Amino acid sequence: MSDRITPDDVVKVARLARLSLGDDELAVATSELRAMLEHFADIDALDLDDVEPMTHPVPIDNVMRNDVPAPTLDRDEVLAAAPDAADGRFQVPPIIGLED
Amino acid sequence: MHPVASLAVVTDTTTADHAAPWEHEGYEMVVGLEVHVELDTATKLFSASPHRFGDEPNTNIDPVTLGLPGALPVLNRAAVEQAMRLGMALNCTIQRSTFARKNYFYPDMPKAYQISQYDEPICVDGWLDIADGSRIEIERAHLEEDTGKSTHVGGAGGRIHGSEHSLIDFNRAGIPLVEIVSRPDMRSPEQAREYVSELRAILIAVGASDAKMEEGSMRVDANVSVRRPGAELGTRCEIKNLNSVRSVGRAIDYEARRQVAMLDVGDAVRQETRHWDENDGRTHTLRSKEDADDYRYFLEPDLVVVDPDAAWIDSVRASLPMLPAARRQQLAAAVGMEPDSEAVRVVVDRGQDNYVLAVGAADGDAARAIVHVKEAYAEAGDVPPVPAGDLAELTKMETAGEITATQAKEILTVLVDNDGGDPRAIAADKGFEAMDTSELEAMVDAAIEAQPDAWAKFCAGEKKAAGALVGAVMKASKGQADGKAVNILLNQKRTQ
Repeated sequence: MSDRITPDDVVKVARLARLSLGDDELAVATSELRAMLEHFADIDALDLDDVEPMTHPVPIDNVMRNDVPAPTLDRDEVLAAAPDAADGRFQVPPIIGLED
Repeated sequence: MHPVASLAVVTDTTTADHAAPWEHEGYEMVVGLEVHVELDTATKLFSASPHRFGDEPNTNIDPVTLGLPGALPVLNRAAVEQAMRLGMALNCTIQRSTFARKNYFYPDMPKAYQISQYDEPICVDGWLDIADGSRIEIERAHLEEDTGKSTHVGGAGGRIHGSEHSLIDFNRAGIPLVEIVSRPDMRSPEQAREYVSELRAILIAVGASDAKMEEGSMRVDANVSVRRPGAELGTRCEIKNLNSVRSVGRAIDYEARRQVAMLDVGDAVRQETRHWDENDGRTHTLRSKEDADDYRYFLEPDLVVVDPDAAWIDSVRASLPMLPAARRQQLAAAVGMEPDSEAVRVVVDRGQDNYVLAVGAADGDAARAIVHVKEAYAEAGDVPPVPAGDLAELTKMETAGEITATQAKEILTVLVDNDGGDPRAIAADKGFEAMDTSELEAMVDAAIEAQPDAWAKFCAGEKKAAGALVGAVMKASKGQADGKAVNILLNQKRTQ
């Protein structure tokens, strides 16, 4: 099943994840992802109709907290850790035009 | 020229005729709405920073909000309960649900993913009935976190295009939202507006959200397509930036006409996200639509399943108040009006229906009370300061003919200005005394005698001539005569 994932798919996923892959890295990533998908294909082949889907490895649900405010972080301290800030806000490069 | 450029700016044609279905060049429109509402909670969805509108930027932030390494989300019980409340009010099934990560990069979302319910939302399969009798189905209502707020600096008019940099405030990041997704059941701008109005009224009634479109606590996106009636669904565009109920109607109307114009010249509608510009009255391309695959959704490993048990669901259901549609019915029955009459809608929207009912319960005249409340209580809130008994007394004086409509209004103004009072004392204070019939009759006779021409015209059937006679009586009585009573007397005398 060598066509389960192609280098083009990996390039697309890498772009979505903002990863820059060289040709060598692309080959390695493609081969590793292919091996993972083969493993899922093995699971797909099993008859699991009677098995409940496992949404979480820990068998608990309804973990919630009460709606009570707690102290917040100090803004100046937080902004001092940012690459850039202005007017009490984080300053970031222009948003449009960064893609591709 | 591209056909779209030749489209005239569309004015608000949607209010012209409520009943007529939308149709343009033989096409019908198909509209579904996605409405985001901020839930009314004290803290964020996954962290304990305060949820407050209008605070100084970046003062309500914490490690979870900022996506700092190692920070873990913990679900807010109140947000889940609010989602259940609004879901129940929309006739949804409340079900076992999970959270997923929606992955994308944007500076207003520091984790690089938004936590949102995806394939297992908490509320599914509901509906909402709108004023024209149509039932709009609700596909789902799911919980998710809001993003931060970006301000674009350096671009013309704060627009994103051409800006030099952007400033980010994370106070809003992590605020609990519910996204309510309708099925594509609406066929006109008017239906879409009614859906939004009714949804808003329901959200406010159950206390799930203050649903202020102008403050962004309720945000509407519209999916619009057009087709020949009965044909398959056409390609849709999603319209964003609808900041008022009026914008919803205008934008949908414009967008459907734009699509029809494209199809008419043989162009295909491209699936994309478009931005409504309130100033030029048009929609503009924002971006081509992402595939759901591009978001690489997967289960959020830091959160567990939410599975409300029957006891919790029952207790939430039991705490729901009467919904606006039922309240309109109840009020309409009490005052003898139609449930969708303006006075009934306005008074229920303001939450003053219980007050009007209380006036009726205090032996007042509910039909007169609703008129007074609609006119004079715009600022009074849902618990008007004027005691219901005082307004009841005023309406009793009116129905007994002790005061005129004009005098009642004057007394009402005093009641509202002073948060109540004794209407009889106010009437006495102002010298409003019911004139006995003989006194009034004497004044009418005097007026007829003084103006024989007017009387002759009135007797000849010229109704306007009564004005001079009524005016004379009013003057003689120093405004205390009841105009209606004078008219009745004049008519009696004419037929004698």
